[in-house]
Amino acid sequence: MENIVVIGGGVSGLEAAGQLARMGYSVTVAEKNEKTGGNVKNWYHLFPDRRDSKEVIDYLNKLASHPDIKILTGKEITEISSRNGKFDIKSSDGTVLEADAVIVATGFELFDSRRKEEYGYGIYDNVITSADLEKMFRSGGVRLVNGKLPEKVGFIHCVGSRDEKVGNYYCSKLCCVTAVKQAIEIKEKIPGAEIFCFYMDMRMGGPYYEELYREAQEKYGITFIRGKVSEISVNINGKLVTKAEDTLAGRPLRMELDMVVLMVGTEMPEGNIKLAERSLLKCSENRFFKPVDNHYGSNLSGKKGIFYAGCCVAQMNITESISHARAAVSEVVNYLKNR
Amino acid sequence: MKEPENKRIWSEYQKEIADDHFFYVRSCIRQSFFPGSEQFFLKMMREILGKDIYENPSHTTCTGIGYHTDIVPFETIMTVIARHFALMKEAGYRNIAISCVTSFGIYTEIIETWKHFPETLEKTREYLYKATGREFDVPENMAHTSDIVYKFRNEIAAKAKYRLVNRFTGEPLKVVEHIGCHYSKMFPKYGVGGAEFPKVLSGMIEAWGGQVIDYPERRHCCGFGFRQYIVQANRGYSLSNSVKKFESMKPYKPDFIITNCPGCNMFMDRWQYAMREMEGKTYGENGLSIPVLTYEEVAGLVLGINPWELGLQYHMVQSEPLLDKIGIEYNPSDKYLTKDGIRIPAPENLINIK
Amino acid sequence: MKSNKFGFTLSEPRVIDYEANNRQIAEYIFDHEPTFRLCIECGACAATCTAGQFMTFSLRELNVLLKRGENDIPRQRIKNCMFCGKCILVCPRGVNTRGVIFHAREAFRKIEGNERF
Repeated sequence: MENIVVIGGGVSGLEAAGQLARMGYSVTVAEKNEKTGGNVKNWYHLFPDRRDSKEVIDYLNKLASHPDIKILTGKEITEISSRNGKFDIKSSDGTVLEADAVIVATGFELFDSRRKEEYGYGIYDNVITSADLEKMFRSGGVRLVNGKLPEKVGFIHCVGSRDEKVGNYYCSKLCCVTAVKQAIEIKEKIPGAEIFCFYMDMRMGGPYYEELYREAQEKYGITFIRGKVSEISVNINGKLVTKAEDTLAGRPLRMELDMVVLMVGTEMPEGNIKLAERSLLKCSENRFFKPVDNHYGSNLSGKKGIFYAGCCVAQMNITESISHARAAVSEVVNYLKNR
Repeated sequence: MKEPENKRIWSEYQKEIADDHFFYVRSCIRQSFFPGSEQFFLKMMREILGKDIYENPSHTTCTGIGYHTDIVPFETIMTVIARHFALMKEAGYRNIAISCVTSFGIYTEIIETWKHFPETLEKTREYLYKATGREFDVPENMAHTSDIVYKFRNEIAAKAKYRLVNRFTGEPLKVVEHIGCHYSKMFPKYGVGGAEFPKVLSGMIEAWGGQVIDYPERRHCCGFGFRQYIVQANRGYSLSNSVKKFESMKPYKPDFIITNCPGCNMFMDRWQYAMREMEGKTYGENGLSIPVLTYEEVAGLVLGINPWELGLQYHMVQSEPLLDKIGIEYNPSDKYLTKDGIRIPAPENLINIK
Repeated sequence: MKSNKFGFTLSEPRVIDYEANNRQIAEYIFDHEPTFRLCIECGACAATCTAGQFMTFSLRELNVLLKRGENDIPRQRIKNCMFCGKCILVCPRGVNTRGVIFHAREAFRKIEGNERF
């Protein structure tokens, strides 16, 4: 039986593994973390319909619990090399997996907000990231460090995205709609709270995203302010003094918030850049894996037998990741049948 | 504020600061406004820290004020800086110590320009050679004098006679640190601690027993701005910027302000006088104003140097209430005696006079 | 009156100080014309506006200022609208723009006691 190694046990990795197994292939999934589920497992509700992320995780786990799928966790892949049409997939623990084809589904990691020093993440209390907020939602309560409910919350869009200062020109695509979703969720939990979104552009380019944005304005009274926050500091009362330009008023704006949520962007993980270097795979200027063609070859790595699936090539939501993974599977099958 | 995370940020921007053998360049204004600082810096370097620091009497202004007011073109200022480097080379030095933040910004800007546009470096070599017959090398190490004091802050702390502690309460003194914009906002890598959380002055304050205040307008410019303050009618803009800072720091009741830029120091000191005269406003505790000291003056105070030798009497905001808090001994009657023992008249309208 | 003792005066701050501002006028409009919330500042209303062709009047701008509690400019400029209603036709978000202006005027009159426009 032909064996395929899938690197990464997130949405696209598990989807690809499940589809391959259904078609009669033997699959090994190498996941670097202790648990599969990628970034989604750290999320509470998903945009735009706010279903529990557990439902998606359950679907993936069910799909991937197949006798022909072997899942190895805590296994970080460091290099892919080929030899007589077979692939050796080396892991940081020194072991080597053998495969007839490889799907790279290594996904993304969240931007480290501490790099935007001017926002004071890790320095000021109550400056949190979107991921931290999801944890709060899951654990039951949005609270300030002192245990109180926040009365004024600001969301800062584009933290680590569209920002030359941190070396990321690209839009992370998933964060605008996440901010809108999270703003609504806070408002539901704390109806008296005033919520502000500081955005550069509202990029609601997905099904039902714009509708969610409209709902946030109409039903929840969320205030959207067009302007990137330049600086956060703390005043003597512990309030987060937030500065932005209200670009549509053409004036600087100063506001005191209880809590600031940084909408962190996505990045190619450092380890995958090294994996690409060692395996002679190309990366784009945005550091993500560079496929052969962005229109009709986005699963092809340029090396026969190595394929891409999901966010390791570009920002994708869950729907897109699953579709991209299925497309990768079709490329793998085509490759194995015709080689 | 969570201290350990804070320290992580500082650590990423540790610039290299030479240990010894400095070629010193002066500021245009600081000798007139607070003359004790430079004197004491050189004395501290040579006599207390035992370092070799050399100043060539024929070095000139960097022409930074002219440059920032659009009088001096960039080619000219690059050539003036090149001449300083030539004097340094001729004297056998490789580490430059720059005492002015405007100059420091000019030096960093020029060196970065030369790095990115090597043809401008060649042009400058040509201009300097044609004009003076001199040749120069780019310094191996470039430090602002506050970087050097930062580097030796623990040595100073070890020799200190006083600590920045309120002797009546036992609490650390609350200190506002104000960094000149051109120290690290243009090129964060040239500043200790970078631009957002510069460590250069806060490191000294912590080493000497004080506590640094992180207030909302900490990063705001003092408003010096060259072409603004040079035109009298525009000075309200400069003043307004300092006032924005004063109002933001006031609730924290700072004991003093420490600066590393001659312009900021002069403005934050004199503007408190202006605001008291114009609007009847003061920003210190109990209707007093906040003393604004240079890092050399603060180093001198903790080392037990006579405040009048440090030149504290030449600020507008007088420091006696601060000296009393620290417990520093001073002789009020010596305040306006020159080194030769001549009594000069006391300036009028000083602030914080007992 | 700011002192000019030394030949210069303090500058007026340009910053919108959100906490210092009063947003009662905006709240009144939200209550009486909830579509006021839906504006995304596209500016179509201002582009088509009859008054805006010849007077300083942009409903888009007034919308932002009112929501921030910067009422001084809207208080004056809101008088320039002549209620022709072209703006309603172009709004992509279904804001009852005419109603926003009507209730803004009402709010200034009722809350601040301004004369009837």
